[in-house]
Amino acid sequence: MGNPTLYEQLGGAAAVDAAVDIFYRKVLTDDSISHFFDTTDMDEQRAKQKAFLSWAFGGPDEYTGKDMREAHKPLVEEKGLSDEHFDAVAGHLQATLDELGVGSELAAEVMAVAASTRDDVLNR
Amino acid sequence: MEITFEGRTYPCSEGETVLDALLRGGVEHPFSCKVGTCLTCLARAAKGDLTARAQKGLKPTLVTQGYFLPCVCEPKGPLQVAGAEDADLFGRAVVTRKEMAAPDVARIWLRPAMPLYYRAGQFVNLRRADGLQRSYSVASVPQLDEDLELHVKSMPRGRMSTWICDELQVGEALDVQGPNGDCFYLPGSPDQPLLLVGTGTGLAPMIGVARDALMSKHSGPIRLYHGALDPPGFYLEAELRALAGEHSSVEVHFCLSGDEEAERQATEKPKENYRIGFSNDLALADQPGLKGWRVYLCGHPAMVKAAKKASYLAGAEMADILADPFDFQELRTELRDEPEPLNVW
Repeated sequence: MGNPTLYEQLGGAAAVDAAVDIFYRKVLTDDSISHFFDTTDMDEQRAKQKAFLSWAFGGPDEYTGKDMREAHKPLVEEKGLSDEHFDAVAGHLQATLDELGVGSELAAEVMAVAASTRDDVLNR
Repeated sequence: MEITFEGRTYPCSEGETVLDALLRGGVEHPFSCKVGTCLTCLARAAKGDLTARAQKGLKPTLVTQGYFLPCVCEPKGPLQVAGAEDADLFGRAVVTRKEMAAPDVARIWLRPAMPLYYRAGQFVNLRRADGLQRSYSVASVPQLDEDLELHVKSMPRGRMSTWICDELQVGEALDVQGPNGDCFYLPGSPDQPLLLVGTGTGLAPMIGVARDALMSKHSGPIRLYHGALDPPGFYLEAELRALAGEHSSVEVHFCLSGDEEAERQATEKPKENYRIGFSNDLALADQPGLKGWRVYLCGHPAMVKAAKKASYLAGAEMADILADPFDFQELRTELRDEPEPLNVW
């Protein structure tokens, strides 16, 4: 039996469940990015947030750079998605981890995974 | 991409839905909401792969038969499409009673030839002899009411609604498909506070859910907000006040969102009868914390969208927010690229 993975250390699926509504609510109440989240299908959008968090927590979801690029391409091209928006969302992820009481080392690992998506999300 | 339908092929561009491809090709395929809610466009995929999105909301029996919603299906590969089998979907029903509850609101009662196993708050699709089809939410409760009750508001450009209000007679038959939707009461949490917000005839499923809850011995608070533009719009005011009078757990609020003329009409009755404002705004103002609540929303799509977000941000769980937006086909044709006006409910 090897060392526990990041995902296991964070608490696995239960941790993702606890995180998703905290994170999604923060993102929805941020006026600087709310226009990127204007949708009629909140269930679908919440599911996407959950999948992203699961992946950032080291979970089993698959997210290729290509998936990130394609998903965010219309936002970049038509709605001006840029670094400031990426940073705002990243900030909410950090705040979510803080609220859940995740230790600084594990939190840093999650943030590093999220940060690694910047160029793909911004289609650079 | 190619769509095959009744022996002919139709091109389907990147990002185009099957429905739009068929309509573009001249096929008069039925549709209404164009957002995957009303199920009017139901078709079967005889061959080809379907995305989960294209089958969302369909009963398992329909999913396994390859039924899908062309209006939200952007095919990833070639698709062979067949029309829906009537026998799979529709049954005959006779109009047994009709009342005008307001100058522009009809209550109709239908008796299906084969019993329809529905839950209060779901919706059905009604189809006329000429094929015109529209969705209506059910106001009746199966264990309490013999017939299926629908509330139909006559819409300015509405073909079905004006026909139902002005012409449909008792004794006439219609085809009914359903039940559809998940906006219904769930037993199991009898203490849970319930918030029900309906605009216009969005009241229909709300009163169904409220009566279903009471019948199921729901003990938690039941708070219902009915939104209308003017006092005649409160077409079930007496019944709702009676319900609140009989059950201490029930609170009913009549929310007037129209202009000064409507407010003037309201002042002809004692002022405390009506509240001024949008039903969803008043509901959230009265209850800014919705953690632990179950929320039902029905009516104007802009209200449902705004209220869903507001309820979630107020602490309600996503799974506890049940929405039934009325996506009017005629309104959609006119307002496709514009934001929904806020003063229409």
